[in-house]
Amino acid sequence: MAFIEAVMQYGFLQKALLTSVMVGIICGVIGCFIILRGMALMGDAISHAVLPGVAISYMLGINFFFGAVFSGVLTAIAIGFVSQNSRIKHDTSIGIMFTAAFASGIIIITMLKSSTDLYHILFGNVLAVRSSDMWITLGISLIVIAAVYLFYKELLVTSFDETMAAAYGLPVRFIHYFLMTLLTMVTVASLQTVGIVLVVAMLITPAAAAYLLTERLWVMIFLAAGIGVVSSIVGLYFSFTYNLASGATIVMAATSIFVLVFLFSPKHGLVWKTLRVKKKRASLV
Amino acid sequence: MKGPAISIQDLHVSYYGNEAVKGVSLSVETGNLVGIIGPNGAGKSTFLKAMLNLIPKDKGDVKVMGRTIKEVRKRIAYVPQRNDIDWDFPITVLDAVLIGTYPHLKLFRRPKKKDKEWAMQCLQRVGMQDFSKRQIGELSGGQQQRVFLARALAQQADLFFLDEPFVGVDVSSEETIVKILKELCRQGKTVIVVHHDLSKANDYFNQLILLNKELIGFGTVEEVFKPEVIKKAYKGQFAFMNEIGVSL
Ligand SMILES: Nc1ncnc2c1ncn2[C@@H]1O[C@H](COP(=O)(O)OP(=O)(O)O)[C@@H](O)[C@H]1O
Ligand SMILES: [Mg+2]
Repeated sequence: MAFIEAVMQYGFLQKALLTSVMVGIICGVIGCFIILRGMALMGDAISHAVLPGVAISYMLGINFFFGAVFSGVLTAIAIGFVSQNSRIKHDTSIGIMFTAAFASGIIIITMLKSSTDLYHILFGNVLAVRSSDMWITLGISLIVIAAVYLFYKELLVTSFDETMAAAYGLPVRFIHYFLMTLLTMVTVASLQTVGIVLVVAMLITPAAAAYLLTERLWVMIFLAAGIGVVSSIVGLYFSFTYNLASGATIVMAATSIFVLVFLFSPKHGLVWKTLRVKKKRASLV
Repeated sequence: MKGPAISIQDLHVSYYGNEAVKGVSLSVETGNLVGIIGPNGAGKSTFLKAMLNLIPKDKGDVKVMGRTIKEVRKRIAYVPQRNDIDWDFPITVLDAVLIGTYPHLKLFRRPKKKDKEWAMQCLQRVGMQDFSKRQIGELSGGQQQRVFLARALAQQADLFFLDEPFVGVDVSSEETIVKILKELCRQGKTVIVVHHDLSKANDYFNQLILLNKELIGFGTVEEVFKPEVIKKAYKGQFAFMNEIGVSL
């Protein structure tokens, strides 16, 4: 309960809480499309690829949001270009491009001699969220939620059956890059809460847990957002109370929820599935 | 108004320089049920996708209902090969059929009650109404194919393309599908079906496109279903041909 009192009392903790709740929501929402399209690796790639953009933004003294979106989207385009124009498979292309982007980011930051910043970008430091960061996160959240709400139909059909979508005239390539842009924005918003290295966990772990709980996409989206929020709050609590890195505690909270769902999901849970099989076999003896 | 549903001039398609479809020209009249047959790897799926401009072509001109494909996309229904679909996707049977109404919905619009009723009617037509709430992966191969046919029906298209709809499908589903395809043709729609073997081809279709990279034969079933023509497409697969009763 000391945590609740502290939240009431300290402005920095309120900002941290609001920001991480918003991040939990949008990571869950976008994460659903990422895992259904089989793009978990792409999520990891884009999150690493924002590093050089962030570094250059620092160098130029502009908001890191712009640089990050730029380098994230550029990397997504480069990945697509290599895999479409050679026999290199998509996952290999992802591996080449994002490590290149990440490496160049590390070099730039090291040249700027700012290793504390590097540490915070890599691992997150939600307790240092400034008001301006919170507002950017709010802006990104509104854009992402509005985009998914308005283009739900198009996102659903291109994720489920891209060939049919193309056959009736949807610009599937454009929709792919549109989703990559949203993904980059979500990554940027998550930088301070969980850090570059662990963003992918917030994208796929809550969505994967939700995937095991329902057979409807919109339900999956709401569940993933909910699981993201719970993970953020629980993670922040442990981070604050035991003075641990916020990214790590938030991700561990999400992982714990995933493990529970994996075992006990009513339909797909390992425990019930095993019990059902046992019962059936016993009845046939 | 009749006229060619599809006319193709000198279509060439390749993957990284390997030709998959070579110089195909043909024209299909409206109201036909056409089978595209040929051995595995003959370029049947490639031909279908190139016609629909889903993959780039090297050369050739395709006109659909007298227009370019771009102008008539919403009047075309395409049913992909079954293994192109992720059957674990979180979607119910009814919602999968409802996707068939999307081409006619404006941007930002959601399907309404009447769209759902229409999707349900389409499900009824393929005999799958009792499965509407199931997840699509919880169906047999034949049931899955019927659901995708229902989705195509929901599109209210004039031209239907189906890629290997009879693979992994039980006999009664196959009969249902063929019956509906024949009905569509009687209503003046044109239906193009990829079919990788020769069995039943003569019962199902009234025209055949025999493909093996090049166009080997095209015409009515009687014209194409001749040993010397078929031999050319299925080089060296005589044992198989004897099995299905094509005497040489
Ligand atoms: N995406 C692709 N990349 C490279 N080669 C392909 C691709 N798709 C098909 N092919 C090749 O093109 C040929 C025709 O394939 P396809 O149209 O799928 O044949 P079919 O549908 O008649 O079995 C095959 O040799 C196949 O290996
Ligand atoms: Mg094929």
